[in-house]
Amino acid sequence: MRWVALAVLGAGLLAVPAVAGRYELSVLILVFQFVLMGQAWNVMMGYAGQLSLGHALYVGLGAYVPALLWLHLGVSPLIGVFAGMAAAMLAAGVIGWLGLRFGIEGVYFALLTIAFAEIARVAFDHLAITGGAGGLFLPVTPEGRASWWMLDGGPVFFYYLTLGLAAGATGVVAWLARSRFGFLWRAVRDDPVAAEALGVNLFRARMQAILVSAAMASVAGVVVAFYYRNLFPGQVFDMSRSLELILAPIIGGLGTVMGPVVGAALLTPAGEALAALVQELGLDAPGVKAVAYGLLLIAVIWVRPSGIWPWLAKRLGVS
Amino acid sequence: MLEVQGLSAGYGDAVALEDVSLTVPDKRIVAIVGANGAGKTTLIRTIAGIIRPWRGRILWHGRDIAGLPSHIVCNLGIGQVAEGRQVFPSLSVAENLDLGAMIPRARDSRAATFRRVLEMFPRLAERRGQAAGTLSGGEQQMLAIGRCLMGRPELILFDEPSLGLAPAVVQQVLETVRTLNAEGITCVLVEQNVAASLALSEVGYVLETGRVTLSGSGAELLADDRVRQAYLGL
Repeated sequence: MRWVALAVLGAGLLAVPAVAGRYELSVLILVFQFVLMGQAWNVMMGYAGQLSLGHALYVGLGAYVPALLWLHLGVSPLIGVFAGMAAAMLAAGVIGWLGLRFGIEGVYFALLTIAFAEIARVAFDHLAITGGAGGLFLPVTPEGRASWWMLDGGPVFFYYLTLGLAAGATGVVAWLARSRFGFLWRAVRDDPVAAEALGVNLFRARMQAILVSAAMASVAGVVVAFYYRNLFPGQVFDMSRSLELILAPIIGGLGTVMGPVVGAALLTPAGEALAALVQELGLDAPGVKAVAYGLLLIAVIWVRPSGIWPWLAKRLGVS
Repeated sequence: MLEVQGLSAGYGDAVALEDVSLTVPDKRIVAIVGANGAGKTTLIRTIAGIIRPWRGRILWHGRDIAGLPSHIVCNLGIGQVAEGRQVFPSLSVAENLDLGAMIPRARDSRAATFRRVLEMFPRLAERRGQAAGTLSGGEQQMLAIGRCLMGRPELILFDEPSLGLAPAVVQQVLETVRTLNAEGITCVLVEQNVAASLALSEVGYVLETGRVTLSGSGAELLADDRVRQAYLGL
């Protein structure tokens, strides 16, 4: 039953570009990006209980490193993605080591993650090689000569790319959740003191989650760089980016495989529809999306504190 | 044999243990009694490697293990049943037990130990697929003990195993400690239930504000006027 539902959903998603226009595709691409980033954050917070409010750092490094490699050395982003991943994991390793070695936990750990993202923002603002505050631009290949090898293509190409990445990330999380990793992470999240008393290596379990999360987030960065084709430190590393990507997993259900998917599928189209509506009405209301997200977040936490998916799964009988 | 020599530990500037020395002979039950805040839990957690001591030595089979991280101490055969029955509520009974066997010394014999633990605690066998958070207090304590056994310990540090349990269940827990000891496991029992734990133990230590103030056989301590006045209300 579950597999049938998944197959139908998969077939439907594969057929979408046949019927959808550019705008619908762009919204769906956004949804898939948020699924990918939400799954990354879900690993660290949802499964391992480590609060990060600086995931923009890993997405940003995953964007800048492949973009720079491509611009300066002509390296394909399909290879550059691994360099971006390495950079994100290195940064995550340093943050994780500081936090875990010195017992910086909970909100203080979150502050540490914010600080590092801010440092990156300021540093990239002033680095000549990254284009500084003026931004980094990736030239567009003329129509017809675009190639997937260079991650250059139209909306349909990016639709399938981001769909694949979102599905892949969800698959990875589903596998991790059942593996020995997920099992140890949940134990460490539920009760670190008891886990430690059993001889579980807290440092190692948490560090693994942090590194996996950063690696996954960095993949989203490649899409950010090569889909939008411009990067500004003030945007890429902005704290609002870090906060935006945690909404879907929280609303959908932390520590569940489907939570970030459901959250992103609800949140992103709702936000886009609202923005379109406001524009339609001729209102000048910047930030209306943020306000709506905030209200929705409050509403969900109020009514379904563990998120929409656990409740929905029970209703559908698939939990 | 576990031998603690001149152990001091604390939190920040606050001293919790000062110059504590004690000996736990093999295959015996040793009780450590004392009032709240006497340093009993700190002592257990320092031996287990969760708190780093300031000074002193902890000799386990002659090797100094003071300051080693807990996952290494666990793997040397020192298990711990932490205060407050810390089971993982969202994991099933079987998953909780599995977690006890994550350390290298226990991994290979996991399946066999698992069967043995379920034989020992039939209630857990009945509820193996159930989330641990749904168990009763007594069942959770049995799970915590069973989980510790999954690590194949030679010595178990029990921190207040009877805390918050109904009297009948308390008896059952203490009976379990006796059974494990009869099977050759050394037990260190930290209890507020002074009378019961001293009655069970060959050796007892009284801890007061971080120091050992009295020691002797369980029976001697039970007969001691100071113990009777301070802890038994007699």
